[in-house]
Amino acid sequence: MFKALFGVKTAIVGMILLALLLLLPQFLPRFYVYLIALIFAIALLATSLNMVLGYGGMYQFHHAVFYGVGAYAFALFAVKSGLPLWIGYLIAPFCSAALGLVMGLITVRLNQLYFGMLQISLGSLVWAITYRWYSFTGGDDGIHGIPLPDLVGSSTGAYYFNLIVVVTCFVLMYMIVNSPFGRIFQGIRDNPERCRAVGVNVQKQQLAGQTIAAFFAGVAGTLFVTVEGSVFPDLMFWTLSLEILIMCLLGGWFIFLGPALGAAIIISLRTFVGIYTEYWTLILGIVLMLLIFFLPEGVLSLFLKKADPSGKREG
Amino acid sequence: MLIPVCPSYVVVDSPSLGKTKSDPLGQDSLFSARYGRIMTLAANITLAALVQQVLVGLSRTTILFIVASGLSLVLGVLRIPNVAHGSLYMTGAFVTYTVATLFGQSTLGFWLALIVAPLVVALLSFLVERGLFCHLYEREHMMLLLFTFAFSLVIGDMVKLIWGSDYRSLAAPLFLQGSFSISGFPFPRYNLFLLIIGPLVAAGLWFLTNKTKIGKIARAAAVDREMVGAIGINVSWVFAAVFVIGCYLAGLGGALVAPTQNITQGMDHAIIIEAFLIVIIGGLGNIWGALLGALIFGLTDSIGILIWPQFAIVFPYVAVVIVLLFRPKGLLKSTW
Repeated sequence: MFKALFGVKTAIVGMILLALLLLLPQFLPRFYVYLIALIFAIALLATSLNMVLGYGGMYQFHHAVFYGVGAYAFALFAVKSGLPLWIGYLIAPFCSAALGLVMGLITVRLNQLYFGMLQISLGSLVWAITYRWYSFTGGDDGIHGIPLPDLVGSSTGAYYFNLIVVVTCFVLMYMIVNSPFGRIFQGIRDNPERCRAVGVNVQKQQLAGQTIAAFFAGVAGTLFVTVEGSVFPDLMFWTLSLEILIMCLLGGWFIFLGPALGAAIIISLRTFVGIYTEYWTLILGIVLMLLIFFLPEGVLSLFLKKADPSGKREG
Repeated sequence: MLIPVCPSYVVVDSPSLGKTKSDPLGQDSLFSARYGRIMTLAANITLAALVQQVLVGLSRTTILFIVASGLSLVLGVLRIPNVAHGSLYMTGAFVTYTVATLFGQSTLGFWLALIVAPLVVALLSFLVERGLFCHLYEREHMMLLLFTFAFSLVIGDMVKLIWGSDYRSLAAPLFLQGSFSISGFPFPRYNLFLLIIGPLVAAGLWFLTNKTKIGKIARAAAVDREMVGAIGINVSWVFAAVFVIGCYLAGLGGALVAPTQNITQGMDHAIIIEAFLIVIIGGLGNIWGALLGALIFGLTDSIGILIWPQFAIVFPYVAVVIVLLFRPKGLLKSTW
């Protein structure tokens, strides 16, 4: 599957795409620059989810909590600490990773559905605390007007910053997925028993995977703050997690860039459908049902017919 | 009213320790006599507040149990976390409002609503199950979960379409209005009604799962669905029945909760997480686990309000984490 993607041809296509994205802000209206910068953040979030979901086969049902914690960590750092803002960009992902580690310690002992449901529950605890702790997190109002470094203050600046960070993270994640660790991870997805039999510590690998994914979700959170300049508890609400799941499903979760495509589609759809109707979730629900019935492998798999048949998980 | 009770108890308690150790005997005994009276008073207030709060917690437990048992039933037999469960609960509450309002919020209307609303929810879930959901049973869990999520998104917006985004409130029928006092503290009659309903539902569920044929088949299907299919039982219809019963319970929970709180968009999100937690700590698929989980959840929640109102929401979660640290698979045996 990856060899198909990672040829000279793909590299050229990728370069052209990157050049296009670099040029876009020069002739797009400001709103679209903002929108695409937002898509970058969500695409990174969806791809980080896919690392554990598509490659690890873990039922990561509440991924948004790491994203929200990353965003909140950055926002609180920027508002309360008074230290240089760039440090916040470094600290926030580690806060998410720490949460991923702590939650993972509790959840990886369980398998599949139990894991997912417990994760939803623990994530909701984090959400509940954020929602109620007015004096610290601003409660349900969230935090607005977060100071940003001058460089990313404009929408074009935020766009380029997000683009660079996202491309870097994508390369890193791609390397992780194709490293020995990533291979073991995919092995665990396909057959956990056999992995255990050959001496892989499944739970340890899953814990590491979740921590790494949480780290990148935290990066996505800081990118969101860079674009929006505000945070609110909805960022870590569990419906957002399921929306990211839909993005992965829509784009195709056995392909590295599938979730990013899914994120782009969902975010654009939401933005443009939202202009005409307030019943966006109804449309999302129907789209999701159609997807489940007719396109369970995702949009990108339509184009890449060579989708690896062994990539399928057993039910 | 309830909040100062506990601190006053603590304040009374702490100087007594210093006194008994440092003071001469005479003064000490005088103090202890006075202190004893204060102590008794404080204990009485605390006890009454505690009893009241426990009763409130128990009536909350009833709602939680009814909703969570439906979720647990579906989880145990179909092995799907039904994310739409909360939305069905919300639908139940809104339908209850509509039916009761049609009858001018009379007592008859209330009883009728209590019967009709869960049935409407059950019918809705039946149509969705037979029309769409039953074709997906062969798929992986993730797809099933996402389908129920899609279902919940659609229901959520349909409710918004039909009832608008305002909140509604429904008065309890006349004979259940008002409250009676428990050593000076008011306890709403409706909550007592809930306390009676809860055990009835539990008994009904016990009867259904243990004494009826469909219940026995469903329990067998939960353990080994292939075997049940092999002896000539249509497993698909068993699943349909279980799904509809589970959704009926969600609707019933919504109908029962309608007079106690505002009926709003968003009540689905709160309850579904609570129901998830309850089912997890009880043991997936175990009805008695759901009861136990609901008890733990409802009581820690209501006692948490007494101790630290702002973060009362944290107490049940902490209880859940503690339970899971020691018993990761829930307190009672899961059917999985």
